[in-house]
Amino acid sequence: MNITVNGVQHEVESSLLTPLLDVLREELGITGPKAGCHQGGCGACTVLVDGEPRRACLTPVAAVDGAEVTTVEGLGEPDALSPVQTAFHEHYAAQCGFCTSGFVMAAEALRTRSDGDLEREEIIEALSGHLCRCTGYVKIVDAVAAA
Amino acid sequence: MAVANVASNAATEVLRPESEEEAVEAFGDGTNVVVVGGGTIVVAEMTYRRLRPERALLLKDAGLAGVSRDGSRVTIGAMTSIEELAGLPAPLGPCAANIADIEIRGAATLGGNLCAGGGFEAPRGDLQGALIAVGATVRSAGEGGISEEALEDFLPKRDGRLVLDVSYEEPAAGAFACLDRPHTHDYTALAVSGAKLADGTIRLAVTGAGSHGQRLPSAEGGDADAAVQDVTPHDDALASAWYRAKVLPVLVRNVLADLEEGA
Repeated sequence: MNITVNGVQHEVESSLLTPLLDVLREELGITGPKAGCHQGGCGACTVLVDGEPRRACLTPVAAVDGAEVTTVEGLGEPDALSPVQTAFHEHYAAQCGFCTSGFVMAAEALRTRSDGDLEREEIIEALSGHLCRCTGYVKIVDAVAAA
Repeated sequence: MAVANVASNAATEVLRPESEEEAVEAFGDGTNVVVVGGGTIVVAEMTYRRLRPERALLLKDAGLAGVSRDGSRVTIGAMTSIEELAGLPAPLGPCAANIADIEIRGAATLGGNLCAGGGFEAPRGDLQGALIAVGATVRSAGEGGISEEALEDFLPKRDGRLVLDVSYEEPAAGAFACLDRPHTHDYTALAVSGAKLADGTIRLAVTGAGSHGQRLPSAEGGDADAAVQDVTPHDDALASAWYRAKVLPVLVRNVLADLEEGA
């Protein structure tokens, strides 16, 4: 079984039903996706699978055999952030940071599938599966609107 | 068909059919088989060790996805994602769009939604009510081979069946109303779907007032208060049985009004 993560192809040894999140974190050492609730309720593990946002904790790795997976590590570099990462930085949209990679990936997917300015309601809907216990969401929505 | 043993759980045999025929054969009579569609229910159950399947049937490559039309007849494959249904006319479209969030809807499937058991602390199977309302039939496999029957007849005995697809005649009008909660996972506490069929017949159905979606025949004549006669509401983490019984007629009234307006 092969998956491509952030442009690098990996042969996966974990069992077919292992959640993608566990494969990324435990087998491949890619820790941007966070292990929060492990049942799809918090959004911290969100990654892109062939460009579509998915909960890595609910995705059996066999379901992404041959797919392109993008995690937050695949978006930008520390001195060359992606537009969404830059907007999060400039709008103070992260506090403890645990949820941030999930929000960033959801925002990245939203920005990719939309053209032009986004209504705040659209942003709130797109982020509705993500929990943040620090920011109160206002700055996150501001960041996505500005990205 | 690919077959593999799961290294970390040697008891689990994983089957990966590549056609409907292979899926039906691999499922057999459904004994000790767990079907994995999008994984949004099953994977969490396995993670928390509430489920330890002897055999798992991964349907990703079985060719069961897609929405097709033959005149006014709509057929939806079991592996079609909930997100793909969100653009369909009411009641199915608004019902699908109301489920969870975009990440979950993109992975979760029609088949999983129809076969979902009662949730740990919230109802599951939102689409059941919408599809009952439009008079959908379901084609499934299991003991005795492939059969097709009305969804409301299928749901009480769906254990041991593999959903292949559902189909229905596009209604003349449809409506959907639900009890929403501002919560990240947005489980629907109670939802009512309605359809006016081409011959003018009104059909109503509810999700969240029992272990699966149910038709509301007592209210289809227009008496919204009579809907409570058709269900036995329950308590769970989202709402009490008392509250559900109080809200149900309100939702039915809203749906009937929308059907009247849309007809």
